[in-house]
Amino acid sequence: MLSALTLILTCQLIGELVTRFLGLPVPGPVAGMVILFVLLALKGSVPQHVGTVADSLLRNLALLFVPAGVGVMAHLGLLGQDWLPISVALVGSTLATIAVTGLVMSRLARNSGSDRTEAHHD
Amino acid sequence: MTDIADVWVYLSASPLLFLTLTLAAFQAGTWLYDKSGHKAFLNPVLTAVILIVALLSLSRTSYETYFEGAQFVHFLLGPATVALAIPLYRQFDRVRRSALALMTSLLCGSLTAIGTAIALGWLLGASRETLLSLAPKSVTAPVAMGITEQLDGLPSLTAVLVILTGILGAVLGPPLLSLIGVTDWRARGLALGTASHGIGTARALQSNELAGAFSGLAMGLNALATAILLPVLWRVFF
Repeated sequence: MLSALTLILTCQLIGELVTRFLGLPVPGPVAGMVILFVLLALKGSVPQHVGTVADSLLRNLALLFVPAGVGVMAHLGLLGQDWLPISVALVGSTLATIAVTGLVMSRLARNSGSDRTEAHHD
Repeated sequence: MTDIADVWVYLSASPLLFLTLTLAAFQAGTWLYDKSGHKAFLNPVLTAVILIVALLSLSRTSYETYFEGAQFVHFLLGPATVALAIPLYRQFDRVRRSALALMTSLLCGSLTAIGTAIALGWLLGASRETLLSLAPKSVTAPVAMGITEQLDGLPSLTAVLVILTGILGAVLGPPLLSLIGVTDWRARGLALGTASHGIGTARALQSNELAGAFSGLAMGLNALATAILLPVLWRVFF
């Protein structure tokens, strides 16, 4: 448990350092994800304790966005006079992006094996 | 005898109160979501945020005071992002088999996100600064803020728009994908991660690990794609 957390935090720290020093356009934790992935690939398996810690962090991933979400509500005034174009653009662009990405991927990926949902209780 | 106001002053000075409030509000949100048979608009993050904002404004608590407690939850976002390597590793065979389809779809999605955000905002008369702050809205917050800053937009506005986009995508994405007949878990995950970064990925992981793996990967790749494409596109068109 402790060693798994140390491993994850170390990957994040190295990720932060690498992105800062090389000026990479990705956040430190995303670079940390790549580093951890490479380590797992080199090892050839996911150590059980690492899997357990990662799964419990990810099971509650949505919770971790709550503080930032509250910050948004506190700063809604920033939308200012442009609130109407902003609202339309946010909703329209988010829906368009999801539809385009989903449709293109489901057409193109059809050849590489099916991974369909069983039911639509999603 | 201690006054209730004294107790309040004592409690609100320690991180315990707002840390507990964050967890409790999310639990309440999850309970409501489960109880409703998973109605999309009862997204637990959205419910928790609304509950907390209501309580903070009723008690006249500043966001800064709240964040002193909530920062412990917020901090875990970093390690959780690193932990996305695990579902990615477990599902990597499937990622590799659809690598070309994945890259193509991601590029289409990334261009759609940037293009439609700028086009819709511009059509409705948004200012230049607003357009620049809007353009990277689908990308994870630190990268989006960096892009906006580089192009002279407003990073603080971008941070707000990024989170709103995340919540919108997590709430509207799954019903939209079902409506247009996208049933493939890989496509559903990829769409959520491309359009609404980590919040979309959290939503994808709730459904399925395969969707979560594609979503986490899409979040990382779209950050990279937007950071490269957006400054170029902006200079070409404006």
